[in-house]
Amino acid sequence: MQVALLLGGLVAGISSVVGVFTVLRGQSFGGHALTDVSTAGGSGALLIGMAPVAGFVVGGVVGAGVMEAIGVQRPRGRDLATGIVLGAATGLAALFLYLDSTTSATTGASQQILFGSIFVVASSTVPYVIVFGVVTLALICLVYRPLLLSSLSNDIARARGVPVRVVGALYMLALALSVGLSSLVTGTILSTALLIGPPAAALRVTRRMNRAIAVAVLVGVGATWLGVLLAYDSYYWGASQNGWPVSFFIVAVVFVAYLASGLPARWAGRKAERATPAQAENAAR
Amino acid sequence: MRLSLSLGFDYAPRTSWPRSSESALSRVRRWQEDRNLVVAGDRERHTDGEPMSRGAGELGAKEVLRLDGIDVWLSGRQILDAVSFELRPGEFTGLIGSNGAGKTTLFRVILGLLRPNSGTVFIDGRVRERRSRAIGYVPQKALLDPDIPLRARDLVALGIDGHRLGIPLRSRKRTALVDEMLHAVDAERFANARVGQLSGGEQQRVLIAHALISQPRLLLLDEPLANLDIRSGQEIIALLHRIAKEQDVAVFLSAHEMNPLLPVMDRIVYLAAGRAASGTAEEVVRADVLGKLYGHHVDVLHVHGRVLVVAGHGSGDEEVLATSPSLVVS
Repeated sequence: MQVALLLGGLVAGISSVVGVFTVLRGQSFGGHALTDVSTAGGSGALLIGMAPVAGFVVGGVVGAGVMEAIGVQRPRGRDLATGIVLGAATGLAALFLYLDSTTSATTGASQQILFGSIFVVASSTVPYVIVFGVVTLALICLVYRPLLLSSLSNDIARARGVPVRVVGALYMLALALSVGLSSLVTGTILSTALLIGPPAAALRVTRRMNRAIAVAVLVGVGATWLGVLLAYDSYYWGASQNGWPVSFFIVAVVFVAYLASGLPARWAGRKAERATPAQAENAAR
Repeated sequence: MRLSLSLGFDYAPRTSWPRSSESALSRVRRWQEDRNLVVAGDRERHTDGEPMSRGAGELGAKEVLRLDGIDVWLSGRQILDAVSFELRPGEFTGLIGSNGAGKTTLFRVILGLLRPNSGTVFIDGRVRERRSRAIGYVPQKALLDPDIPLRARDLVALGIDGHRLGIPLRSRKRTALVDEMLHAVDAERFANARVGQLSGGEQQRVLIAHALISQPRLLLLDEPLANLDIRSGQEIIALLHRIAKEQDVAVFLSAHEMNPLLPVMDRIVYLAAGRAASGTAEEVVRADVLGKLYGHHVDVLHVHGRVLVVAGHGSGDEEVLATSPSLVVS
């Protein structure tokens, strides 16, 4: 349980930080495509007897590389590059998962890959997760400023001498690592929710970058911990002694948080209606 | 000394912003020098306003930018043909040309984003290097996404160090500098609003502040008046004119209509058919000069202080090819 909380918290925090930039750059689709590549990677890893998380990470990095090469950074090429990679990866994943279920003795391989396996993480993978997690955070910290500038405007960044392609590639690497790691907790299908959900909620609530990151991390880590606790508790619900999947709880909490993030704006709007028109205009700004 | 454009003080920053490659010792020295000198990009000026020249072999230190015989071919078409002109500090210059005339291409050459097929770009008398901090750039497309978690003042702050690695550290000096800049462009009213929720004119001001805060000597604006209503456009022109005169910055902006700019432009660079003519408006906007650019006969009409350029075939068979109030291109 402690391992689940520790790893889950770390991974969720990283995912939220990277997710803020993903939403900023409008690459949510790309983030999602990478989770599908991770599916192929994880299921492929299982086939050859390796830990899925290795496959998640390697798959994600390779997928990011391919997307880079095809041209995900150019605005026109972005959807195409993403879609192509997504399609190919999902096809591979289908093959690997089928082979997994027919050749492997353990059942539930697809469940593990697709929906997470935080409770059955081998203790040997824990140090790798921590190391990769720290590397991802370090990457983001390193390119924070030029990444922010080039996410706002490619033109301005290039005019200032920022190596936009390199910065973008480093970001993609961080994204791939983050997606790979969070697939461990929530599985690949729901990894997007942990990537995009907390930042989406945070961006509705605050106007500043550092606060957005803080709120996103809060929501992501909080949802993960709450989800883990609820999943533990769900063993005691109902007649059969089966718990519900952790990833479901995590995503459910994230969704509730997103809905809740719309409330402050609503309250501000209602306050504005009661105020004078001039004040209402200022409040709306 | 507080920056106050309308009072015409020299802009003497209270802080110095160290370059990334400087040692701590030279940083301290620069901080001390800032007390007496006005730091300006790659060069330093003494308080009497004369730029220091760096060597005998350079071209005149007076120009901020000089283009010499720039040719650009793209996809088999010649976009720019032997374009040459110079820009001096404190001058407000307009780059006039219809859409597709090559204005953005020219800007990209100046910014170093596009290598010309031939010709040279001189910045401050030196050949353009990969990174030149002497140029501030305001691009054409505004930041439209209302979700971006940046306030106007955050965007301006990014202009100080957005190109450096790492996370920005908040400091009082930084905040004070940003405040000064916002005051200078009259953006204090919406300094804390989300960038994506500002109107077109307000976004322009913030982008101008962002470009100006690093104290460039040349301010490049790509069609700043497009998508602005007349009133906002006039305010932006007035602001840029003030900036040019009081900050001694060369302002170079592109537009496809020259009439709004005629009252304030010192010089004009007229781009047509890939060729450019530069000089004052009186020198350039003339039938003979423009006719040579276009390669066919044109007429220049002056109507109530406005200029109308009409393409004609010279055989009495005049044809108004468009009804834009300022400029007609074949």
